[in-house]
Amino acid sequence: MSVIYLLISISIIVAIGFFIAFIRAVKTGQYDDDYTPSVRMLFDDELIQSKAKKPKTKSSTTL
Amino acid sequence: MTFVPGKMSKVMDTQNCFHCGLDIIKEEEIIFDARNFCCNGCKTVYEIFSLNDLTCYYDFEKSPGATPQDINGKYDFLDNESIVSKILEFQENSTAIISLNIPHIHCSSCIWILENLQRLQKGISTSQVNFPEKRVRITFNPEVVSIKTIVYLLSSIGYEPYISLENYETGTNNVDRSLTYKLGVAFFCFGNIMLLSFPEYFEVKEFWLDQYRGFFRWLIFALSLPSFFYSASGYYVSAYKSIKTKMLNIDIPIALGIVVMFVRSTFDIVMDYGSGFFDSLTGLIFFMLLGKMFQIKTYSFLSFERDFKSYFPIAITKINSDLSEESVAIYEVEKGDRLLIRNQELIPVDGILISEKAEIDYSFVTGEAIPITKKSGDKVFAGGKQIGKVIEMEVLHSVSQSYLTQLWSNDVFQKNVEQKHKTITDSISRYFTPILLLIAFAGFGYWIFIDANTAFNVFTAVLIVACPCALALTAPFTFGNVLRILGKQKFYLKNALVIEQLAKVDTIVFDKTGTITTNKKSNISYEGDTLSDENLLLIKNVLRASNHPLSRMLYDYLPIPILQNKSAIDTKKLKVDAFEEITGKGIQAQIFGYQIQIGSAAFVDKIEENNIQQTSVHIKINDVYYGKFIFNNQYREGLEELFKNLSSKYQIKVLSGDNEGERATLEQLLPKGTELIFNQKPEQKLEFIKNLQDKGKNVMMVGDGLNDAGALAQSNVGISISENVNVFSPACDAILDASEFQKLNYFLKLSKNSITTIKMSFALSLLYNVVGLSFAITGNLLPLVAAIIMPLSTITIVSFVTVMSSYYANIK
Repeated sequence: MSVIYLLISISIIVAIGFFIAFIRAVKTGQYDDDYTPSVRMLFDDELIQSKAKKPKTKSSTTL
Repeated sequence: MTFVPGKMSKVMDTQNCFHCGLDIIKEEEIIFDARNFCCNGCKTVYEIFSLNDLTCYYDFEKSPGATPQDINGKYDFLDNESIVSKILEFQENSTAIISLNIPHIHCSSCIWILENLQRLQKGISTSQVNFPEKRVRITFNPEVVSIKTIVYLLSSIGYEPYISLENYETGTNNVDRSLTYKLGVAFFCFGNIMLLSFPEYFEVKEFWLDQYRGFFRWLIFALSLPSFFYSASGYYVSAYKSIKTKMLNIDIPIALGIVVMFVRSTFDIVMDYGSGFFDSLTGLIFFMLLGKMFQIKTYSFLSFERDFKSYFPIAITKINSDLSEESVAIYEVEKGDRLLIRNQELIPVDGILISEKAEIDYSFVTGEAIPITKKSGDKVFAGGKQIGKVIEMEVLHSVSQSYLTQLWSNDVFQKNVEQKHKTITDSISRYFTPILLLIAFAGFGYWIFIDANTAFNVFTAVLIVACPCALALTAPFTFGNVLRILGKQKFYLKNALVIEQLAKVDTIVFDKTGTITTNKKSNISYEGDTLSDENLLLIKNVLRASNHPLSRMLYDYLPIPILQNKSAIDTKKLKVDAFEEITGKGIQAQIFGYQIQIGSAAFVDKIEENNIQQTSVHIKINDVYYGKFIFNNQYREGLEELFKNLSSKYQIKVLSGDNEGERATLEQLLPKGTELIFNQKPEQKLEFIKNLQDKGKNVMMVGDGLNDAGALAQSNVGISISENVNVFSPACDAILDASEFQKLNYFLKLSKNSITTIKMSFALSLLYNVVGLSFAITGNLLPLVAAIIMPLSTITIVSFVTVMSSYYANIK
């Protein structure tokens, strides 16, 4: 019967939770620059790779 | 391997530097690590990267780098504690944060290398790039590494930061994120209310739905509160302001609609008449904020508010009475001080030259690329850039009182531009609001005699339905779309208002130097005895050693002569033996046994017959006078056609700070009736625009230098032409990349068409209003009908304007 009160309340609380997460994301400036992170994401692999391979990789990028 | 001269040289000619991508001059090529570099600087950067295991830099983008510039002494002011503390964002014992503006940031390689700075320099803990703003934020330990070291490191890898007087004043800037918050709140409320409204839409007479109706309704009411009070607050404020100033704008009917909708819906719930219109209310607020968001297209890497502060250095070297040198902040410079200006440094104040000679490049101020020679005792003005040797000068005026900077004390710069113009939506709503109120009261008056309850319903329904949601969305979405289209074509507008202004323009005023002429190229012609191929080769080789702009231009202009086999000169052994550059005169060099003099008429002992104002370089080889190269202004490509097209619709005028030397050429080039005015000072340009405006003209000013800044600010639309949009442009309404100059007519046409689009969609949205009103006035507006009409009109209007403006953008 009154389970509907409970369910609706829970759904609203979950929604509010996500809303708070959104506000915090905006506050920390995550929406200020929407381009750089998309590029930065791709670098994570590159760093490890460059550590693995020795600097002597000349032939790979000859003109 | 056999050596095939022709083939080999062909390959060499097309070779680009591995680091910066520029063409490599064969004689200067440096091969290192099996890679080709154009100069030592590029090679050094590569060396730094490869030593630190950072060659990944070259994997993301081909030839991403820039040649590092010589910055010796330029950043000495960073030793001055008080200046440093002004430009730091945050400072504590072992942590400091600085945000640096780096114009060279342009690709993913840049991001990668700048975010790996900690591997190049001890003491830097993290660095983060903001690509759209071309800024890097560096966190470092000031006990281990100084700012100066960081700046030097950045410069040495080709990423010289741009530190100007502006950094000194502003420090940290706060970003306004309130619109994002409002939008988030509005969407949260809208989404949840929509979900909770579903039972009402279907009005199923089911037991449990009836049971919980009250609960759902009050929950919806509660959810609408943040949207109503917070998200929509901007509309109430704006409506109140417009009533106060007695200018009816579009926000009045919007605010009225929202408030009436809220009051009536609350009333409905309290009296248990129905569920109210909370879903439409929050939906409306959300869509309107979305429109606002869409309209704001910021080019955060560009600045439209630039004044002299963006170009002036923070500090300058002062010579004390005991001859010691000291870095002082610009604002502390006083009359009578002696200053030391290095190569490429900007002169910050007016003064008198003490050194014997100086070459000053006023391209910042006037757009003229060819430097002016000053002698000891001459007055030098702020804004010039010293080229060549170190000079000394005595200060005449402090910064704020200098010739150039005084322009900014003019009233034009104090005005708030936004309030100058009335938008098209506002002018329509001047009629819309009274008519709307009239209909509402008429409906009320009619029904009151039949049924008081219906009368009340009709009155509110009219205000709700007619709430000009679609009307308010039309302009933001059209302008937002046009802004994006123009931005893609390198025409950056400050905001959407500029489009409306562009459409109204009837008079166009052009600046000459730097605007319709380009300072990148010069039209060079030769007068005198014919120069042989050998001589040309010698001249070209001598010129290469000189950094003077004229030498550079002439060097680029001269073809590479192909010598016959029996030539007396062995190309391989061409080397400049003695080289001397005499400031304000010319260059003198020994090459392959030839004595070569290139420079002014006086330098080669040549007496000029007539004194027409022209820039020329004279050639003398082995004491024999040959002739002179004349530098004419090079007009931008497509100028003639552009002016021809523009002159049919607009009045065109050309203003110039120069003398009348070019009048004849211009008259020939430009359509008849074009007014040409010469010898204009910055204030006179401003006055000229003002006079035109007093005659009722809508003036568009197209300029480039800081000397046009006053005119740009005074005009209805000020467009600044810039060869490099990231680095230089005075305060203006729009920035146009110089390479797109010939498209100006197309841009003007597009902005006119976008106004047409808006008018068409206004008609469309009025149609919706008529339909909605016919429901409302007959007292039949059900929540469901409102919930359908509202989003339907929004969606059709938005898609209509987007399609139309894109269509207009495609017709050239």
